[in-house]
Amino acid sequence: MHIIVCIKQVPDTEELPRVRVNPEDNTIVREGIKSIINPFDENAIEEAIRIKEKNSAVVTVISMGPPQAKDALRKALAMGADKAILISDPVFAGSDTLATSFTLSEAIRKIGNFDLILLGKQAIDGDTAQVGPGLAEWLGIPQVTYVRRLEIKDKLIKVERVLEDCFEIVEVKLPAVVTVTKEINEPRYPSLKGLLRARKAEIPVWGNDYLGLPLDKVGLDGSPTRVTKVFVPEPPPKGKIIEGDLNQKVEKLIEEIKKRDLLKWLR
Amino acid sequence: MAKIRVIEEKCTGCGRCVSVCSFSQIKIENDKAQIMQGCTFCGACVDVCPFDAIEIEKEERKVDLSGYRGVWIFAEQRDGEIMPVTYELIGAGRYLADDLSEELSVVILGDKLENKLQILQRYPVDKVYLVDHPLLGNYRTNFYTKVLFDLVKKYQPEILLIGATSLGRDLAPRVASRLKTGLTADCTSLKVDKEKRNLIQIRPAFGGNIMASIITPYHRPQMATVRPKVMRKISPRGRSNCEVIKVDPDLSGEDNLVNIIGKVREETGVQDLQEAEIIVSGGRGLGKPENFSLIKKLAELLGGAVGASRAVVDAGWIPSYHQVGQTGKTVQPKLYIACGISGAIQHQVGMRNSEVIVAINKDPDAPIFNIATYGIVEDLHKFLPVLIEKLENLSSGKNKG
Ligand SMILES: Cc1cc2nc3c(=O)[nH]c(=O)nc-3n(C[C@H](O)[C@H](O)[C@H](O)COP(=O)(O)OP(=O)(O)OC[C@H]3O[C@@H](n4cnc5c(N)ncnc54)[C@H](O)[C@@H]3O)c2cc1C
Ligand SMILES: Nc1ncnc2c1ncn2[C@@H]1O[C@H](COP(=O)(O)O)[C@@H](O)[C@H]1O
Repeated sequence: MHIIVCIKQVPDTEELPRVRVNPEDNTIVREGIKSIINPFDENAIEEAIRIKEKNSAVVTVISMGPPQAKDALRKALAMGADKAILISDPVFAGSDTLATSFTLSEAIRKIGNFDLILLGKQAIDGDTAQVGPGLAEWLGIPQVTYVRRLEIKDKLIKVERVLEDCFEIVEVKLPAVVTVTKEINEPRYPSLKGLLRARKAEIPVWGNDYLGLPLDKVGLDGSPTRVTKVFVPEPPPKGKIIEGDLNQKVEKLIEEIKKRDLLKWLR
Repeated sequence: MAKIRVIEEKCTGCGRCVSVCSFSQIKIENDKAQIMQGCTFCGACVDVCPFDAIEIEKEERKVDLSGYRGVWIFAEQRDGEIMPVTYELIGAGRYLADDLSEELSVVILGDKLENKLQILQRYPVDKVYLVDHPLLGNYRTNFYTKVLFDLVKKYQPEILLIGATSLGRDLAPRVASRLKTGLTADCTSLKVDKEKRNLIQIRPAFGGNIMASIITPYHRPQMATVRPKVMRKISPRGRSNCEVIKVDPDLSGEDNLVNIIGKVREETGVQDLQEAEIIVSGGRGLGKPENFSLIKKLAELLGGAVGASRAVVDAGWIPSYHQVGQTGKTVQPKLYIACGISGAIQHQVGMRNSEVIVAINKDPDAPIFNIATYGIVEDLHKFLPVLIEKLENLSSGKNKG
């Protein structure tokens, strides 16, 4: 069995508030924001390794991104993935989800045989959740999104999908694309042995001279969407602390709820 | 290739561009800005540069898009019931269609839906495309994709909006990829540029720390998923002159690749967080799982849904679909009551756009108080019972009166 995991390097959430830097403040940021593996992608890696431990499988991890995304791939290797490939080329810059999923699908075709492709449910920078279904479409295979439990049954997988108020149990024929949620597992820490192995591992970089993709289907030119503006939203007005003894606090809160007409039966 | 350029003669290396780049893709080297590979050409640096030292080359492609007309919305149904987000989409779609002087159409897929037509006909829509077929009763990606793709190919709408629900976010990217068109996820605001006929799609990114404005200039239809509960629901107008077009789908070549075996319902009567107007959330401050009964009781009293922090979901106190936050749901109710939740950034990004936030926490330094409209420093085990009791008295008084 061959499992391919697609991972993305994203800015660490803990540092997200730094995106709120004042443009007037012209102190130079010394270094870029700290990067991590997209949290859901760690779950995807973990799930692949667990399948490998149970059923014997080969796990290949791929990422499309700038050269520093190698760090993310190295961590995946340290966790226990067998192979890692970085897909990186200046012509891939500016890709939206259509171009990203196309490029990933072509890299996967190049890798060849696979049974299962795992992704995170969404990347925490763009929050789109579109690359998984897009990839499945380019490859012409089925997809199951938001999966919290996965069981391999020969050429079939049985999964639990998270819906708004319940879980759906679904069986899908392999090969398929599956996107996973946080609760599917608890990602492991790399072992010392894993770290050593990963440090020495060779991570091939596939550029477009190797993939040979048409330039109008990759990068900015291959992206139907255009970001025309980014802006920082107004911060919410600072709130107030309700003071008083217990009873007064309760009364005051109810008063505010009434005043703002938040409850239909309390007017 | 990258079409962004730093004009070295003008650049002073001041670094303003570095601080506005949400993607950390600019560095200063030898006193000049340098743009790295991960650039998304968003233009934030161009806007902020006081020296006009950064240029993005705007390509103008000539494409004929005039064959695409009208605004479509996808009406989501589950078990034959039309989902509330549909009426929000009709509201948003009507507005866009009027701005473009075009028709608004609703597409609905399902099994035995004839009786739902009269409901839709009470809304201000011009056309309803009804696709009724036994294979379409339950949502399955490949059947729905095939039908929606065929319809779009045949009728060529200019705009197609889908609710950003678990179904919509599974379906929309699949359809968009087959159409090879753009799709903007989870939009919170939509308008049109009447002259260029571009849909201007505004959405949060980076957990809401920044907003992005996105267009799809050279492809049609322009597709977007729309976050539930953000657009105002439209009310029925009682007019029924809309045209109904019944479509026979061609599903002959489609295999049943995905088998729905069943549903697990760990609780009954769960209110969808993203649809709720009021949410009462509990965190680790509850102390033990049994204390969720307090949260549930308050939620019930207020007619709201029950939310949770990740800490308590991970601890197994409550099923995961209750989780609010970065790895849970993004919610935007009128009233969000956080009880015993510290307000870690990962929790905040999921709820800070709520209209009113009430936080109950015994630690005055808890970060939740930074974003709370009303902060209450109190032990929740003391506060909530009193609040519940007072509300109960008020509500029974109302019922009698
Ligand atoms: C990648 C990643 C993703 C994450 N995603 C999410 C997410 O989606 N959602 C999420 O919520 N978290 C998420 N987290 C976790 C987040 O960082 C916090 O750990 C979590 O939100 C804490 O939950 P809590 O507030 O319930 O618990 P705690 O942080 O332990 O807070 C409990 C609070 O209760 C208060 N308290 C205790 N007793 C009482 C009492 N008797 N009365 C009143 N107050 C009391 C305490 O003062 C404290 O502030 C994520 C973390 C990571 C690393
Ligand atoms: N550049 C990329 N390289 C590899 N995998 C990616 C990339 N972008 C997104 N993914 C995968 O697709 C998932 C969904 O991402 P998104 O659609 O951007 O929210 C992520 O969790 C990753 O598993």
